[in-house]
Amino acid sequence: MAEQQASTYEQLPPNPETATLDGRNKYLGFWFFLGGETVLFGSLIGTYLGLRAGTADGPGPADLFHLDLVFIMTMILLTSSLTSVMAIINMKRGSHKKLLGWMWGTVILGAAFLGFEIYEFYDYYQQGLGFGTSAFSSAFYALVGTHGAHVLFGILWISTLLIRYRNSGITLTNAPKFNTAVLYWHFIDVVWVFIFTVVYLLGIGG
Amino acid sequence: MSTAQTGSKNVIWDWLTTVDHKKIGILYLAGGAFFFVLGGIEAILMRIQLMFPEFTFLGAQTFNELLTMHGTTMIFLAAMPLLFGFMNFIIPLQIGARDVAFPFLNALGFWLFLFGGLLLNVSWFTGGAPDAGWTAYVPLSSESAGQGLDYYLLGLQVSGLGTLIGGINFLVTVINMRAPGMSMMRMPLFTWSSFVASMLILFAFPALTIGLLLLMLERLFGGQFFAVDFGGNVIIWQHLFWIFGHPEVYILILPAFGIFSEVIPTFAKKRLFGYSAMVFATLIIGFLGFMVWAHHMFTVGMGPVANAIFAVATMAIAVPTGIKIFNWLLTLWGGRIRFTTANLWALGFIPSFVMGGVTGVMLAVSAANYQFHDTYFVVAHFHYVIIGGVVFGLFAGAYFWWPKMFGYRLNETMGKWFFWLFLIGFHLTFFVQHFLGLLGMQRRVASYLEGQGFGDMNFVSTMGAFLMSIAFIIFLISIFTSKKNTENVNDPWDGRSLEWTTTSPPLHYNYPQTPLVRGLDAFWLEKYEGDGRMKAAEPLGDIHMPNPTILPIVISLGLTIASFGFIYLVYWLIFVGLGITFGAMFIRSVKEDHGHHIPVDEIKRDLEEG
Amino acid sequence: MSEHVDPTAPLQGEPSKSTERKLRKEARVQIVSYFLMIFMTSLAFFSIASDAVDSSFAIPFIVIVGAVQVVMQLYVFMHMGEKGTGWINTMIWSGILIAALTVGALMFLIGIVKY
Repeated sequence: MAEQQASTYEQLPPNPETATLDGRNKYLGFWFFLGGETVLFGSLIGTYLGLRAGTADGPGPADLFHLDLVFIMTMILLTSSLTSVMAIINMKRGSHKKLLGWMWGTVILGAAFLGFEIYEFYDYYQQGLGFGTSAFSSAFYALVGTHGAHVLFGILWISTLLIRYRNSGITLTNAPKFNTAVLYWHFIDVVWVFIFTVVYLLGIGG
Repeated sequence: MSTAQTGSKNVIWDWLTTVDHKKIGILYLAGGAFFFVLGGIEAILMRIQLMFPEFTFLGAQTFNELLTMHGTTMIFLAAMPLLFGFMNFIIPLQIGARDVAFPFLNALGFWLFLFGGLLLNVSWFTGGAPDAGWTAYVPLSSESAGQGLDYYLLGLQVSGLGTLIGGINFLVTVINMRAPGMSMMRMPLFTWSSFVASMLILFAFPALTIGLLLLMLERLFGGQFFAVDFGGNVIIWQHLFWIFGHPEVYILILPAFGIFSEVIPTFAKKRLFGYSAMVFATLIIGFLGFMVWAHHMFTVGMGPVANAIFAVATMAIAVPTGIKIFNWLLTLWGGRIRFTTANLWALGFIPSFVMGGVTGVMLAVSAANYQFHDTYFVVAHFHYVIIGGVVFGLFAGAYFWWPKMFGYRLNETMGKWFFWLFLIGFHLTFFVQHFLGLLGMQRRVASYLEGQGFGDMNFVSTMGAFLMSIAFIIFLISIFTSKKNTENVNDPWDGRSLEWTTTSPPLHYNYPQTPLVRGLDAFWLEKYEGDGRMKAAEPLGDIHMPNPTILPIVISLGLTIASFGFIYLVYWLIFVGLGITFGAMFIRSVKEDHGHHIPVDEIKRDLEEG
Repeated sequence: MSEHVDPTAPLQGEPSKSTERKLRKEARVQIVSYFLMIFMTSLAFFSIASDAVDSSFAIPFIVIVGAVQVVMQLYVFMHMGEKGTGWINTMIWSGILIAALTVGALMFLIGIVKY
């Protein structure tokens, strides 16, 4: 099988993230992990949908959700997905500086999203929706909270990479790392699109 | 990037920091064997309690804890790690690779499993083990007093994470690390079935993760998922548990099927009958394994149409399984069969497992299931498939691969005693339990009354359990008394697949030159159409290998500390534990480790010695 | 024996002309799909936020729009349509199938309505 020394270029390859066996392993393994994460979020979404009518005289979706706020959050996260795409395109172009720039943009947008989410949770709590208020509240916080934890982890992960590799240039080692981090970020966005539809829009509309 | 060996001379440190798939395989086997003995002792204690009506050997609470821990230990901490041990050791050898795709994660998976298992068992010493059965149904589990169930939740969460990591690792290893010429349809069946089992792990374990998370939030942080008076629903737990739990039994049985598919052709001296049918049957079993979970829930009231759909889907699994059984029989048909211990286990497996399969179809009839549900009939069924399938497979694999792994052959005479005593003991223990169930003895009861007519059969059952224990002790003794059988260990069985082309035990880089695979049963092909040696796919050169590291243990230890913090709700402990874990992950991410190269001179030296 | 590749060396040079062309085209496609997704999200949002759209139409509509967006993310942003992604497609779609079964079971088979 292709050992690492088989790839002898230190010239920029067309896909630096999968130019080495290590890189290909990371790429494939991370995708498979995302396949598992799909079931993980499926379980949480299913639990939420099963329990969303169980408000136990507490506040329900229609009393709480600020659709406009969540709409802005969705826009922010979608945009952060685009900035991370641009980062990878620039990585393939060999522009380390632009890679870092676009990635920092992703981090900042992610932090903004998280800020809105914290505000949202705080607001719901003020309106009387504690974690243990009802089955609905527990399932809601578990689902959206798990997503928020993923966002937080993504921000910390990408920031670590950005600081660690601020001066290194693009290498065969860090290109796969940036690429997996971006895949993770897209996945978070995919999940959010689904949460936006199923939790918020259906919460108000259905 | 150094070319020097960075390994330390200290043996213990060497094992603690190893990322070698063979050493990790052995660690898995050792850890799994430890928990297997523990689970066996728990079983024997329960059987003693049930030996006589209204016996007072154990209290009911202790009995509940034993039955919970027996099931949990045997499934999560014994059967799966033992299979992982074989998978770790054998898969890279069978596909002609020098290591797995993620050596670091491989080590991490092992240590997470071990620490999770130990964490679970700490509960015995802290005021009571979990007592709600291995299925931990709510509200029994959400209302269970004490910390036992919290140990269950955190212990399984930690070890489950390790399993998920291991599963992804095997998937990528099989896809990316195969030797030149080793196409998917030339892979040995053990690798194939482990590959499918790894897929099941990937999709099944996240459901368990969420189930455990919800139950933890419910028990420790006031969640209301399962609290009916707050709008919760108890069936949600059952779904999440069985969406994981049913694929789990296929995760166990598929690698065992793979072992039999290696053992039977080797000892029948014939190629496996219907190789591609076997591969597709494995894939179909894997797929259907996800479509049938609700047959564990026929009696909860999902409704007749739902029950019927799941019943039919369940019965459908008998078809691919039947294909496999017939293929094994036809492999044996007309073969020059050698009755070695490894093959005896495979031959004993076929009728034993079929009996378990037949009761499985009976249980799948949802109307009849109302009668069988929660009786000893179910207990008999799943022990027939799990012992008759998985445990027999583990023993077959142990006798088959022992020379490869440890460089000596296990004593065949003792092996045959072990086989026959265990086989008789097994059927004695569990055959009568079918009838106990049909007579109405419920599972998970700590005792029964004098006049119920359960006494004789329970006594027989306990005697069988003793016989199995004696047989297993013979096996343990033979491990230590067989050490001198070191001649003819490289290829003792006239093997067919690549692992038999290496030395026993293999060099730590497995293959000095990556082999070139020219067909199915690669080694057999070279024996009969070549010169009996594998062709090399590359010139002799430096070999790149990963560096040992202590970080996997540190990460696992951090999670274990954090788990104690969760169990006793000590917040600073949670932060300390997670701090250690994330700190170690941070170091791993920031400190690049590119491994080392073994210089070609050293490889030449090894070759001259070997 | 040749020297081993140094994985920490910064990669030098420019991408080839064809790569550069491909990347420029890709960037265009990404930006267009981004605006398409923004548009779809807005449509879904307004169909719920305004009372003009009947909910019997709006609910299936937003679910379909959501699903289309998920697929677009996977195939455009995450490049799941490229060559050599067979195993990735297998695993992601298996994951989606099992997640869908899970969601279905947890919505409908929890004993409230019997089917």
